[in-house]
Amino acid sequence: MEATRPVNGKVNQLGLQKIEYDGSKTTLCAGCGHNSISQRIIDAAYELSLPQHKVIKLSGIGCSSKSPAYFMGRAHGINALHGRMPTVATGATVANHDLLAIGVSGDGDTGSIGFSPYKHMLRRNVPMVYIIENNGVYGLTKGQFSATSDEGQKTRYYGTQRFPSLDMCMEAIVAGAGFVARSFSGDAKQVRELLKAAMAYKGTAVLDIISPCVTFNDEPDSNKSFAYGKANEYPLHEIGVVLPFEEIQVDYEPGTVQQVKLHDGPTIQLRKLEAGYDATSKMGALARLDQAREKGEFITGLLYIDESRPTLPELENLVETPLAWLTEKDTRPSRESLDQIMREFM
Amino acid sequence: MATAVLQSASATGAGGGKDIINDFSIVAATVNGSGSQTANMTLIRALFHMGIPVNGKNLFPSNIEGLPTWFTIRVSKDGYIARRDGVEILVAFNDQTVVEDIRLLPPGGVCFYSDELKLFNRSRDDIIYYQLPVKEVSREALDAAIASGAIRKDDRLKFKGRLASMVYVGVLAQMLGIDMTAIRQALENQFKGRRKPVEMNWNIVQRTADWARENLPKLDPYRVQPMNETAGKIIIEGNTAGALGAIYGGMTVAAWYPITPATSLADELEEYAAKLRKTPDGKATYAIIQAEDEIAAIGMVVGASWAGARAMTSTSGPGISLMTEFVGFAYYTEIPAVIWDVQRMGPSTGLPTRVSQGDLLKAYLLGHGDTKHIVLLPGSVKECFEFGHTAFDLAERFQTPVFVLSDLDLGMNYWMSEPFEYPAKPIDRGKVLDAEAVKRLGREWGRYKDVDGDGIPWRTLPGTEAPGAAYFTRGSGHNEYALYSERGEDWLRNMARLAKKHETAREYVPAPVIDQRQGARVGLMAFGSADPAVVEARDRLAKEGVETSYLRLRALPFSESVRDFIAAHEEVYVIEMNRDAQLASLLRMEYPELATRLVSIAYADGLPLTARFVTGQVLAHERELAGAGR
Repeated sequence: MEATRPVNGKVNQLGLQKIEYDGSKTTLCAGCGHNSISQRIIDAAYELSLPQHKVIKLSGIGCSSKSPAYFMGRAHGINALHGRMPTVATGATVANHDLLAIGVSGDGDTGSIGFSPYKHMLRRNVPMVYIIENNGVYGLTKGQFSATSDEGQKTRYYGTQRFPSLDMCMEAIVAGAGFVARSFSGDAKQVRELLKAAMAYKGTAVLDIISPCVTFNDEPDSNKSFAYGKANEYPLHEIGVVLPFEEIQVDYEPGTVQQVKLHDGPTIQLRKLEAGYDATSKMGALARLDQAREKGEFITGLLYIDESRPTLPELENLVETPLAWLTEKDTRPSRESLDQIMREFM
Repeated sequence: MATAVLQSASATGAGGGKDIINDFSIVAATVNGSGSQTANMTLIRALFHMGIPVNGKNLFPSNIEGLPTWFTIRVSKDGYIARRDGVEILVAFNDQTVVEDIRLLPPGGVCFYSDELKLFNRSRDDIIYYQLPVKEVSREALDAAIASGAIRKDDRLKFKGRLASMVYVGVLAQMLGIDMTAIRQALENQFKGRRKPVEMNWNIVQRTADWARENLPKLDPYRVQPMNETAGKIIIEGNTAGALGAIYGGMTVAAWYPITPATSLADELEEYAAKLRKTPDGKATYAIIQAEDEIAAIGMVVGASWAGARAMTSTSGPGISLMTEFVGFAYYTEIPAVIWDVQRMGPSTGLPTRVSQGDLLKAYLLGHGDTKHIVLLPGSVKECFEFGHTAFDLAERFQTPVFVLSDLDLGMNYWMSEPFEYPAKPIDRGKVLDAEAVKRLGREWGRYKDVDGDGIPWRTLPGTEAPGAAYFTRGSGHNEYALYSERGEDWLRNMARLAKKHETAREYVPAPVIDQRQGARVGLMAFGSADPAVVEARDRLAKEGVETSYLRLRALPFSESVRDFIAAHEEVYVIEMNRDAQLASLLRMEYPELATRLVSIAYADGLPLTARFVTGQVLAHERELAGAGR
């Protein structure tokens, strides 16, 4: 590795170049929104100086779920079953609470087959970044509607969507999630900053990222298309993540910036574009999302943040050492204790 | 106190004849949810404390309250613990079933009945009746308990059934000769020494025993006498044993979803882990998660094991079906998992509170595509404990799902056993490379490479800090370096290695227990909770002149000794509790050249097998063969 690093290359706090956060070459369609999200994950991990051996990448099944192979090649990854990635992440983060789990799912994987695992992961507050690469269609099986496609939406082969969509952000908030964001894969800066904030957040951080399917759902009249996103994205605020070693800029007008300090040190700064939007208000977030759906608005940003709920490993009151690394000394009770139990059954 | 209303019938079995000591069965017919479990456990423990071999089986409905339930207690001087056909002593406490319960008694049988029964009538004159003063005793006991503050007035109804059940404990103690100090000891054990409930129940027992002594002349021949056959032994349910096994096996993550008859395994896991697996400052060295369904439960297990935990789940047949996809995934990605299947009668809900051995084939082959698994087959509570810990060693050694196939009878009923032995071997975490090893091996290491010739590759755990330690786990085709591959030769090589791994397991899993009799023409083969009936049947068969060898299977895949056993006998009866002869079918698949020697005795009606049934089946077939000139 050392040999491949160019002299004078730009490095992060671990002395790593950004290229060292790459994965293998993508096999997704050229121009797929998912590829730019993979690139933003690489950006965020590099900027946060994440040690890759402490990262696990997880996914379900679908186009989105292939992407963990395309970033952070030095982290363990698991491409699990369709819709079941949250359960695997639940087990893995309990087994080793030192790891940062990054899950990548899609709208089919999360909104339909994996809807129950999604909701239960949220109510347990499994510590992980949960990314939904949302394009409104099943790409890998050639363009069927997913549950996040909007009523009235048309696709090339499957006609018109007759049912209302599920909003993964509203579902997340209702299920108790404390970090809920919506973004657009075409908005590189926002995606990157949201990812950094999500990676620093301690519980489940949901990022529902509209990520156009260039093959099956990119007609200009589709609200999951690239053109639509570019033209209609309405950010509620401009998000920036200030790392502990960086200086916070305080030259904003009072009331125009919302700051949320995370347990881990970083501070999220939300410079308000929509005056009055309060990202710490659960009902405010739900009401705004509902309004957006009614009006057909494409709002983005950190919709809701609250870091107060304990995570699953915290609730399990686990020992400091990850369960995975415990030895026989810790996990096999004494001979005397078994003798005692046997006496109780005599 | 009421006067005795007993009138002896012209009972044929009474008087004159010899006493029948320590060799009979009692059935308590009660209403589910009435609280008779405490009474039944008190009787079992008291008999056990008297040194008499005893076994308790609860035949209960899929219901919380109101349906009939029967608890059978068998005392056997010969130490037999199988279910027995025919029960001599009935405790009739359920109006819904009393008529039929009485009908089933053998001539000379005994009926203790509650004076609260409305539908009771003396329909037979060849049995002995004793009426119990339940109405008055339970009313007085309740009044006293409420007056003393032992129970709250509002709880009167809740306690009524429990106290009423204690009436038959006292009367049976007196009439059968159960030692009162043993009853006291049993109550102390039952209530874990809590004084108030012990005293409350003890008072009723004492009082009703005294009443019986004064008012009920002994008319039947059944009695117990102290023996010395239970000293140093324990009495326990298989699910408790399995849970303890897991805890001593270093379980660190368990995920489960409620299902009868596996739920108590998870409950016991919770209870004992909280006692045994916390640090002095109260931190847990384990996590137990109640999942949203069985798919989630196995998903959590797979995720936890992949990350390096010793993870398990417990379920029953319907849960196993739901776990199919993950089990296939874990087999192919080579992730350890311990899966308890406490079998019940299926398909679907089937008879959810009745026993079966119907999941053998399913567990062995669960998945899609080509899959075959290690399946452990505990035949006793002691093996539930033992396999409870060794299952983790096997799962991690072989990096694959390991099933432990228990069943409702083994799991939820009370079995006498030698105390469990502390694990003799240290915990085996299998082939895991640490950071140093990864650095040393460099590019040599491949996640799915067979470097030792046993089909088992080396793995790394997330969190291992070494260049090249990470790999990508996928259910898709992959080569030896865990890279995505759709090449036919990569697929073939990988599947051949997985098959080799399975071959390695043959002599690694628990070996069958074989009792080969010199010159025996007939062999018997069984597994799991069919064992006690087969053990007893062998004695019966010997008395009929049929000497038998016996192989008790303890795991799949078969070891070579299974083939040898079949080859050494002219007929091998394969005894199992399912319709389609699942074990016999597997044996025929594996040993086609020996298939004609196999005779299937496959039977499943929801109840545990009896020695009488097994003996009858073998004898009938043997006679047929003899008649046919063999």
